[in-house]
Amino acid sequence: MDRPAELTRLVEAYVDASRSESEQAVSLQELASLLKKDIVSIGSLTREMELYLTTTDHVIRSRGVLLLGELVSSLSSKTMEKATIHSLTMFFVDRLADWRAQRGALVGCLALLRRKGDVGMVTIGDAKAAIQSFRKNVHVQTHGQHDRLLCFELLECLLEKYPEAVMSLGNDIFYLVTEATEYEKDPDCLLLMFRVVRLVFQLFSDSSGPLDSEAEGLFDILGRYFPIYFTHSKAKDIDVKRDKLSEELMLAFACTPLFEPFAVPLLVEKLSSSVRLAKTDSLKYLSYCALKYGADRMGEHAAEIWCSLKREVLSSPQEPVFLSNSMDGLGLSDNEIAKEALAVLAAVVTQNDNIYLELLINDTDINMIFDNLTTYEDPGNIPLESKHKLYGVGRLLSITAKCSISTCNKMFECFFPKLMGNLGVLIFKASDNGFLSVEQESFRTPNFGPLYLSLVLLESCRDLIVGSNIPITEICCSLVMDFSASIIKLLSFFMGDDGVRSETVQFLCVKGLQILATFGGGFEIVSKSLLEYILTTVVAEIFVHHNSSFMWDLALKALASIGSSIDKYQEQEKVLCYMAIVVGKISSLLTSSESEMPYALKLSIASQIAMCGRSYTREIIQVLETAIFSNLTEFHADENIQPTKIVQLLDCLSRTLLPWLQESGGFEDIPEHFVLNLLEEIKHAEAVNMRTLDKDVFDAIMMSVKLSASNCTVTSQTMVIDKAYSIVSSNSSFRLAEYAVDSYKLKELHISLELDKLSTRDRLVLSLFSSIVVALRPQTCIPHVRAIFLLFMENFLKGHIPSAEALGSILNKLSSTAQGNKAVYNCSLEEAIDLIFKMSISNEQAVGHNDNRTSIVDICLGSSNSKLLQANAIVGLAWMGKGLLMRGHEKVKDITTTLVQCLLTDNTLKPSNSEGIPEQEAHSVMRCCADAFHILVSDAEASLSRRLHAVVRPLYKQRFFLMVMPIFQDLIIRSDTGKRSLLCRAFAYIISETPLIAIIGEAKKLIPVILDALLMFSENGDYKDRMYSLLLVVSGILTEEAGQDAVNENARSIVSCLTRIIQYPHMMLVRETAVQCLAALTTLPYARVYPMRAEVLQAILKALDDPKRRVREEAVRCRQAWASITA
Amino acid sequence: MVSELINANPVVYEKKERRVRNSVPPADVNEYSSEPIDQLEIFDHLRDIKDPEHPYSLEELKVITEDAIEVDDSNSYVRVTFTPTVEHCSMATIIGLCLRVKLMRSLPPRFKIDIRIAPGSHATEDAVNKQLNDKERVAAALENPNLVEMVDECLAPSFSC
Repeated sequence: MDRPAELTRLVEAYVDASRSESEQAVSLQELASLLKKDIVSIGSLTREMELYLTTTDHVIRSRGVLLLGELVSSLSSKTMEKATIHSLTMFFVDRLADWRAQRGALVGCLALLRRKGDVGMVTIGDAKAAIQSFRKNVHVQTHGQHDRLLCFELLECLLEKYPEAVMSLGNDIFYLVTEATEYEKDPDCLLLMFRVVRLVFQLFSDSSGPLDSEAEGLFDILGRYFPIYFTHSKAKDIDVKRDKLSEELMLAFACTPLFEPFAVPLLVEKLSSSVRLAKTDSLKYLSYCALKYGADRMGEHAAEIWCSLKREVLSSPQEPVFLSNSMDGLGLSDNEIAKEALAVLAAVVTQNDNIYLELLINDTDINMIFDNLTTYEDPGNIPLESKHKLYGVGRLLSITAKCSISTCNKMFECFFPKLMGNLGVLIFKASDNGFLSVEQESFRTPNFGPLYLSLVLLESCRDLIVGSNIPITEICCSLVMDFSASIIKLLSFFMGDDGVRSETVQFLCVKGLQILATFGGGFEIVSKSLLEYILTTVVAEIFVHHNSSFMWDLALKALASIGSSIDKYQEQEKVLCYMAIVVGKISSLLTSSESEMPYALKLSIASQIAMCGRSYTREIIQVLETAIFSNLTEFHADENIQPTKIVQLLDCLSRTLLPWLQESGGFEDIPEHFVLNLLEEIKHAEAVNMRTLDKDVFDAIMMSVKLSASNCTVTSQTMVIDKAYSIVSSNSSFRLAEYAVDSYKLKELHISLELDKLSTRDRLVLSLFSSIVVALRPQTCIPHVRAIFLLFMENFLKGHIPSAEALGSILNKLSSTAQGNKAVYNCSLEEAIDLIFKMSISNEQAVGHNDNRTSIVDICLGSSNSKLLQANAIVGLAWMGKGLLMRGHEKVKDITTTLVQCLLTDNTLKPSNSEGIPEQEAHSVMRCCADAFHILVSDAEASLSRRLHAVVRPLYKQRFFLMVMPIFQDLIIRSDTGKRSLLCRAFAYIISETPLIAIIGEAKKLIPVILDALLMFSENGDYKDRMYSLLLVVSGILTEEAGQDAVNENARSIVSCLTRIIQYPHMMLVRETAVQCLAALTTLPYARVYPMRAEVLQAILKALDDPKRRVREEAVRCRQAWASITA
Repeated sequence: MVSELINANPVVYEKKERRVRNSVPPADVNEYSSEPIDQLEIFDHLRDIKDPEHPYSLEELKVITEDAIEVDDSNSYVRVTFTPTVEHCSMATIIGLCLRVKLMRSLPPRFKIDIRIAPGSHATEDAVNKQLNDKERVAAALENPNLVEMVDECLAPSFSC
C-alpha cells in the first residue's frame, strides 16, 4: 500500500466539505484504526496533514483541525508519550486563537485534558496555558449550541481535574464564568453551566479574599433561571428532564453560603407566586438551602420565611379525614404544597427554634384562634374557612412541637393549660386508683376546636417520646401527667355517649384515648390503672356498638393500633396488661354466647387483634382452635346446630390468619399443631356422624387442613404425614398396613365397589389423609409411598375423588430419582408410574369375564362390566394425568391417548354385554371421559396449585395443546356425528383453557371446530359456561391482528354460527359476546362482509328485542355498524 | 346550507348525570328474567343526538327530556314529545326526523313510534306533527341523500358511546 497516498486520500475525504457525512465518518474511523494499530503514528500523521492545518483556506483549515481533534479523542485510551501530548496540547491551545478553527481546537483540548493518568496526562503547566488561552480567545456566547456545549465541558473538565490551573487565574475565573454563562438558554448547556458554577465556588470555598460581589454577579445570572420552566415542553430533541435541571440548579443555589442574601428573598418571593411550580420548587430549594447556608444566615430571614410558610399552610383547603382508616395519624392528608411547606418549617425550626417559637407564640392568626376557642364548638356549625384555619394551625403546632423536646416543652407550656381549661379538664395528681373519683358530672360536651388542638399536641408529644429515652421530667411530660387522668375520663365519658351527635367528636374521643394509651415511658406518664381503664372502656365500646359500624370500626381500629404499638415497643408490663384485658375478653367472646354480637363480627375482632401484634397471635389462635374443636363436637352432638358458625371459624383461620402467619414468618408451628390436633381429635372422636359430611363443613375442614399443612415446613410436614399415616394404617377398614407389608409383591388389587360401606369416620379420615398429601412440599418424604399408591387407587376406583387428587399430586411432586435412605420411602417417579399402570385390578363384578390381567387402562377402555368402575377409573386417570401434565412428563401422552381411545370406543355395542347396558349409562361414561379433559387442563386451585406446592412447568397448557391438537383435528374430521360431538366437547375444554396466543397461531384450523362445538353446545343450557369461554376465544381471535386471515377465510361460517347464538336463551353473557363478535366482524374487507349484510341485519332485529338491556345496547351498536356498510 | 343560524345563541343546559345501571349484573340475577324497555332506555338512545345547527346534544338544549318520553313495552308503543328551542325553528322537522330514524334503528320493529312537538312550542305545530308521522313522507325524506347525510351526521355521536 502506498501509505502517504492512502493517508492523503482519507484525510482528503474528511476535510472535503462537499463529501457526504457518512463518507467522512468512514474515513475518520479508518484513520483512527490506523493510529490505534500503530500503523501510522500521530506525529507522522500530523506532519502529513501540515498543509491542511496551516492553509489559509479557512474551511479546509477548520476541517483539518477538527479531524486532528477527533482523532486525538479517539485515542483517549491509548498511551502517548509526554512530548507528543505536550506538543499536541500546545498546538490546540494555540489554535484556540483561530476562531474559525475553534471547534477543532476545543475538541482536541477537551480530549487531551480528559486523558487519564495511566495513558499520559496533560501537565499542569499546559493546563494553565489552556485556561489562559480560553480566557483570552473564547467567547462562549458567540458560538452555536454544540460549540457552547464543548466550552462548558472544557470548563467543567478543567475545574474537576486541574483545579490548580484554574486557581492560577485568580478571581478572573469568575469573570470568565459570568461572561460564558450569561443568556444561556439551551437545557444541555445549562446543566453543565450550573455544574460549573458549583465547581467554581467549591474551588474557592476556603479562599480568603472577599467574593461577595462575584457571588452577587453570578447569582444575578443564576436567579433568572428560577423556577426552571420549559416553554416548549414537547420538543423532541431535548432529552434533559426538567427535574434533573431543577435539581442541578438547586445544587448550584446551595453551593455557597454567599448566595444567601440573594437566594432566600428570591425564594420567599416566588413562594407567594400563584404558579404552582414556582411554589413547589421554592419550597424544595428552601429546605435544601437552609441546611447548606446554616442557622446563623437563615435566622436573619426567619420572619419572612415564617410568614410565607404559614400562609401556605393556612390557605391549603384540605380537610383531615376523620374516618376509622385514618387511625394512625390525625388525618393529616395534606396537599403537596402544604406538606412541603411543613417539611421546610420543620427544617428551619430545628435550626433556629428560639426565633421561630417566638414568632409562633406571638403570631396573630394563632392567637386569634386561641382567643376564640369557644366559637369552635360544634364541627357542623363552623364556617368552612375557619375550619381550614383551625386545621392549618393544628398542623403548624404539630410540626413545630415534633421538632425537638425543647420546642415541645415550650408549646405545651404556652397552649396546653389554656386548652385544658377550655375543655373543663382539671389538674388531677393521680394517686394510683384515685382517678376514678374524678367528677364526671362536671364534664360538659367537649368543644371541637380545643379538643382537636389538644390532641394534636398530645400526638406530637407522643411521637417524640415513644421509643426514645427522653426523661419524663420534661415539662411536656409532667403536664400530660397532670392532666391525663381527667382527660381520659372526659374522653371515655363522651366516646360512646349518644348525646354527642357529631361523629367527628366521637372520632376525636377514640383517637385521644388511643394516643394516650400509646404514650411511651412505661407507666410513668399514663399509669397502669389508666391504661387498663382505657382498654376496658374501648373494649366495652366494641360490645355496645356492634350495630353501628362507625363506632364499632373505630373502636376496633383503635384497639388494634394500641395493640400494635405496645407490641412494637415491647413494654412487657403493657403487653401483659393488654393480654389480660383485650385478649382475655376475646377468648370469652369466642367461647361463650353471652354477647348478641353476630359471630362473624366476633371473628373479625379476633383476627384483627391477632394480626396487630405478634405477642397476641398465639394466644388468640389457641382460643380459636379450642373454639373450632368444641364447636365441632357440639355440631356432631346436636342436630339443631347450624353449620355456619363452624364454617366461619374455619374460614377465619384458613383464609384470614394463615396467609398472615405465613407472610409474617416465625409461626410455622401453629399450622402444624392445628393439623396434628385435628387429626388427634378425629382419631378419638366417637361421635363423628353423617353431619360431618355436610358439604360446607366438610369443605371448610379440608380447605383449612390443606392450607395449614401447606404452610408447614418440611420437618413439620413429615411429622404430620407420619401421624396421618399411622392413623390410617391402624384403621382396619383400610388395607394400608397390608399393602405396606407386601407392596413389592402385590400384583393384584381387589376392588369392591362399595364406597358407601366406608363409615363416615373412615371417609373423613381418608379425605383428611388425601388433603394432607395434596398439601405436601415436593421435598417431604412420604412413608410407604407404594402402599399409599395402592390405597388411593383402591379408593378412587370406588369413586372417592380426593384420593384421585392426592394421587395426582404425588405424581406431580415425586422426585424422578429415588430419594430417602430408608427403603420405605424409596420410590422414584418411574417406579411409581410402573406400579400404578401395571397393577392388575380385580373386581367381583368383572370376575369370569376377564381371565387376563386387567390394568387401570383396560378398565378405562371398558374391559370391566361395571360402567361405574369405568367412570371412576377415568376420573382417576385424569387426575393422575393432570399431575404429570403440570410437571411436563412424557407419560401424559399415553394417558391422553387412552382417554381419546375411550371416547372413540363404542360402548353401546359391546358384545359381551349380556343384559344390555342402558344407553344413558354408556353415555354418561363417554361424557365423563370428555369431562376428563376438563380436569386435565383447568386450574385446580384446591388440589394442584402453587399455593399447595405443585410443580408447574411453564407453558404446560400450550405444550399440551400443541400435542393434542393434531390428534383431535384428525379425529374430528373422520368421525361420525355422535362421536364428533363428544370429541368437540373434549376439545372445547382444552381450547377454552389454552392461552389465546397459542390458539391464534392455529386459528385457521380451529375456527371450524370451535364453531361446531358452539352450535352443539347451544342446543341446551347445560354448557353455558363452556360456551361463554369458547366465545371469548372467538372474540379474541376476531380482535387480534394475527387472527384476521383466519377470520377472513371463515367469515361466512362465523356469521352464520353467531347469528344463531345471539338467540341462545340460557345466558346473557353469551348473547352479549356474540353480538359484540358480530360487530367486530365489520372490520373485515368490504367485499367479504357486504354479501352477509342483509342476513346479519335480519338476525340482529331479534337481538334488538332481547329481554336483557345490555344485549339490546350492544345490538344497537352492532346494527349500526352493519347498516353503515352501504353499497 | 342556511347562511344564518335560526337560533344563534341557544341556552345550553347541563347534562343530567347518567343513571348508572349495574354494569356487571350480580350473580344472583335471574338469567331468564326480562328487563322491559323503559323511559330511560329510550332517553339513552336519544340524548346524544346532535342538534342540526349547534355542536350540542339535544339533551343539553333540553329539546328532549326523560319525562317527555312515553313508552309501553307490552303494547309496543313509544311517543316522544320534543320542544324546539325557538317557536319558528325550521329545524324542527329535521330534529323530529333524527329522533324517528334513531328509534327506528334502535328499537325492535314491533314498536309503533310517535314523534310529536310539545303543544304550543312551535308555530306550525300541526303541520310538523303530520309530516313527522306520515310514513310515506318520512320514507320520501329518507330517499333524499342530502337529508340522510344530515341525519347521519346528527346521529353519529349517539352511536359512539
